[in-house]
Amino acid sequence: MAEIRNYTMNFGPQHPAAHGVLRLILEMDGEVVERADPHIGLLHRGTEKLAESKPYNQSIGYMDRLDYVSMMCNEHAYVRAIEKMLGIEAPPRAQYIRTLFDEITRILNHLMWIGTHGLDLGAMTMFLYAFREREQLMDCYEAVSGARMHATYYRPGGVYRDLPDSMPKYKESPWRKGEALKDSNAWREGSLLDFIEAFAEDFPSRVDEYETLLTDNRIWKQRTVGIGVVSPERALQLGFTGPMLRGSGIAWDLRKKQPYAAYDQVEFDIPVGANGDCYDRYLVRVEEMRQSARIIRQCVRWLKANPGPVMVDDHKVAPPKREKMKEGMEELIHHFKLFTEGYVLPEGEVYSAVEAPKGEFGVYLVSDGSNKPFRLKLRAPGFAHLASMNEMAKGHMLADVVAIIGTQDIVFGEIDR
Amino acid sequence: MRLSLTELQQRLEAAFEAQQVHVERAYGELTMTVPVEYWLEVARGLRDREELAFEQLIDLCGVDYLGYGEAEWAVEDVTSEGFSRAVEGEAVGRFDWAHRPEADVDQRFAVVAHLTSIQHNVRLRIRTFAQPNGLPLVPSLVGIWNSANWFEREAFDLYGIAFEGHPDLRRILTDYGFVGHPMRKDFPLIGNVEVRYDEALGRVVYQPVSIEPRVGVAKTVREDSRYLRPAQESKHG
Repeated sequence: MAEIRNYTMNFGPQHPAAHGVLRLILEMDGEVVERADPHIGLLHRGTEKLAESKPYNQSIGYMDRLDYVSMMCNEHAYVRAIEKMLGIEAPPRAQYIRTLFDEITRILNHLMWIGTHGLDLGAMTMFLYAFREREQLMDCYEAVSGARMHATYYRPGGVYRDLPDSMPKYKESPWRKGEALKDSNAWREGSLLDFIEAFAEDFPSRVDEYETLLTDNRIWKQRTVGIGVVSPERALQLGFTGPMLRGSGIAWDLRKKQPYAAYDQVEFDIPVGANGDCYDRYLVRVEEMRQSARIIRQCVRWLKANPGPVMVDDHKVAPPKREKMKEGMEELIHHFKLFTEGYVLPEGEVYSAVEAPKGEFGVYLVSDGSNKPFRLKLRAPGFAHLASMNEMAKGHMLADVVAIIGTQDIVFGEIDR
Repeated sequence: MRLSLTELQQRLEAAFEAQQVHVERAYGELTMTVPVEYWLEVARGLRDREELAFEQLIDLCGVDYLGYGEAEWAVEDVTSEGFSRAVEGEAVGRFDWAHRPEADVDQRFAVVAHLTSIQHNVRLRIRTFAQPNGLPLVPSLVGIWNSANWFEREAFDLYGIAFEGHPDLRRILTDYGFVGHPMRKDFPLIGNVEVRYDEALGRVVYQPVSIEPRVGVAKTVREDSRYLRPAQESKHG
């Protein structure tokens, strides 16, 4: 009789299914996982420490680089923490723009997730479909901020600037000309809002396309149904938030329960799973994409009807207009002080959380009354989710580990910080 | 239904009167400071008492209060030569490993946790200070909320706070073989060692950092009434 031995297997940190730099030490009994020990920190950049040595506004850009597929949601939590301490409120138009871009970000994130999760489990077409749509949304990011990913668009007191009146068009090139060029530019004739509206109208039919590929797909179901089951009680114990918690059947969504920005003025539903397995979490996220498109349509309608300021008129936090700065001494001083020393927050501590695409993204800010944060703790949803890896993977096959990493929607920028 | 903060504050004060907790309200949030010897007992009560029912530990982190409120730039006193040069103090960016400041402060390390009650739809922040002398030691919350596991490992790694009763207290974010606790206020911002590939040895080697400490913007504290006003209001509101 052959001797049976347990193996310890190293998974990552360089592995396409590890979604970045996850190193997993797996103790295997044959092909069954006995114990999973994730080693993280390979992308640790010390964001919190760096933020302690800089004025508040200089750290907004770091927030984009945490969860680098849901950039603006991270910024949102950070600027809301600062606003809470300063006691200022962004104007209504800025609140709607933030709601709009939070939802665009949610679709961006879920598209990335569905693409890579599909790719990991052998549905390669999904990746190509998802990135086709992501391209359009990244153009929206670029139109408002100049950057396709790391936008630094939200600022304490509002957003950096109002939405542009025109949308950049594709130029003629050897691979895009004639009818194809016209097709590509069809939505881009009007303003950014027209473009977003056209996208949001069209997007549910795209989600239908994804669903025809996956929802009833036999292989997809074999790979996800009954895999990584988490009961509602365990999900609460393990600190799950977002789709991971809703997939287990708990209807908890900060956008509904503790509304911020303009979420109390738009209509949407919270999808909830029943079994808490990978397949339910897949269904929850797919439905969230549809709901996001619904919120986007409502925001666009409101924003088209209600022009107004997008930034508070307080030059202690928001920079003065460039033209005024050229002539006014007062504005020049404000500009200089704001961009060198920054502003001072009163002493105290706040915690501000947003419903990021992956779950609750929180910012805990301690101020000692100076122009730099005394302590900045970033609560990343993925950190708590990955911590449950051992419990979720135990007893499953090696190939299911890949499905579990996929369903947790891991991004190392936020976990390692 | 969302429980009001006033109501929650009353419930907390009634429930933990014997444990000498201190509940404070600021910026529309409640903070409860718990003596470290009652940390576990209070946490268990917060989870299990029906009128509180904090099912979830959302976040737990360490805080190092060394140098709290110390500015690097005197912004109020002006001499005949003008304002000071904004280079005072021992902020993290201003020293290297060999010149790190001596730290000897009471009540330096705190553990802060954020809780959520799904049932009552409220949040609560709880805080405890580690024993002042020697190794900062705090009982572990893993047995009460399992999500504390990695958060406590992180606080141990970054601040050197030891959690009594933690099942697996290892470093989590820093490199294998790392020395020191990087988020402490007496740990230099530039770090201690750097890595590079050595052509001659044919492997990656560690060496002392070659960059110089530098601070771009001085830390200033201003008693600015414009900002103090809304804070005061929300403290009492």
